[in-house]
Amino acid sequence: MQQEVVLAMLAKEPSHGYELRGRLRHALGPLGDGMNPGHVYVTLTRLEKAGLVRGELAAGSPDRADRKVYELTPDGQQRVAEWLADMEWPKPDLAEFHLKLIAAAASGLADPVTIVDTQRRELLRRLRDAQRAALDEEDGSDASLLLEGIVLRLQADLRWLEACEQTWTKRKAGS
Amino acid sequence: MSDHEDTFVLRARELRKHYGRGEGLVRAVDGVDLDVARGEAVAVMGPSGCGKSTLLHLLGGLDRPSDGEVTLAGRRIDRLGERALARMRRTDVGFVFQAFHLMEELTAVENVELPALVGGRSPRAARRRATELLEQIGLADRAGFLPSALSGGQRQRVAIARALVSDPLVVFADEPTGNLDSAATVDVLRLFDRLHKAGQTLVIVTHDERIAATADRLISMRDGAFVDETRLSGGTSGRLGDLVGLEG
Repeated sequence: MQQEVVLAMLAKEPSHGYELRGRLRHALGPLGDGMNPGHVYVTLTRLEKAGLVRGELAAGSPDRADRKVYELTPDGQQRVAEWLADMEWPKPDLAEFHLKLIAAAASGLADPVTIVDTQRRELLRRLRDAQRAALDEEDGSDASLLLEGIVLRLQADLRWLEACEQTWTKRKAGS
Repeated sequence: MSDHEDTFVLRARELRKHYGRGEGLVRAVDGVDLDVARGEAVAVMGPSGCGKSTLLHLLGGLDRPSDGEVTLAGRRIDRLGERALARMRRTDVGFVFQAFHLMEELTAVENVELPALVGGRSPRAARRRATELLEQIGLADRAGFLPSALSGGQRQRVAIARALVSDPLVVFADEPTGNLDSAATVDVLRLFDRLHKAGQTLVIVTHDERIAATADRLISMRDGAFVDETRLSGGTSGRLGDLVGLEG
């Protein structure tokens, strides 16, 4: 996960690392289950070194990341503002899969239709998992909105695979 | 009943439906074999015109096959006379359609109880069951509303309640989310998921991957025949977080 996420979570108010983890967990729901609990502390330490956050120790506490209250520095504020305005968007790498099918057909090493079918099955199972999780979420929860995005994206991928299957099946029949 | 009939509530063998003849012959369903276990949810997917709706009609006794067999709970239904077939449709199966097909002049609860009344249940028993079902789908407070006063998602849930009123062996659904927006689709998915968990046997034809993904088994259909089958019940072994690239 990007450092900016942790930074932006801190913009609300000065917080302990565990509070940030709580906010992340709430926002991600079951999707955050696999997150490494130490990740937030590692990131905070890096951000502190970069001068984007300042960690304040409570009097008499040992110097450890999990005892500190963190707040944004002016540079940190600036970075959060830039990040919020940023138009970056994740790009799915469809070209690789597309080229895999082309190469499989050209070399005769594998059947592109079989590759598509296998991939479709895998995505359907993922869709099922994501859907399950979405149905288990309470209506309107933060995590359910994220799950909705995952479901819709998988759906789009599956539609593309459907188109791949139709085209490659036709090509196979024509060759 | 044999063991098979205990396990499989619905079976089809070499099922065919052909229209026209000669050059104009259309093989809408062309040699389908299917076994649906009790409590199983099966989704049939395929492009429009692949024959999936026709198949559903044959399986549910809305239409007769040109050839082949359909067996529901051990009884051949493809050979039943008109009256016996009509009775079977009222008591043994339930249907959910894309366009809801509710009676516009009847209230929600009247729509739900109608098949039970036609099926010979007493008005009181029918109303009780219909009210119960509306409660289960979270629309008890809409019981007296006409369909025109309900949203698309609510109408479809009423249609699902109607399909359940006779405690059918199998519920058949034809594109049940086809007319719904994303939020209403989730409501209907949730309802099907609950029915499935309660042990209701479901056969759904759709091209909505979302509803297909809730099934135990997904069958792909092309040109009237099954071309692929995927068992989904296992799920993935991966973590959910991997789906969004959340690691570390």
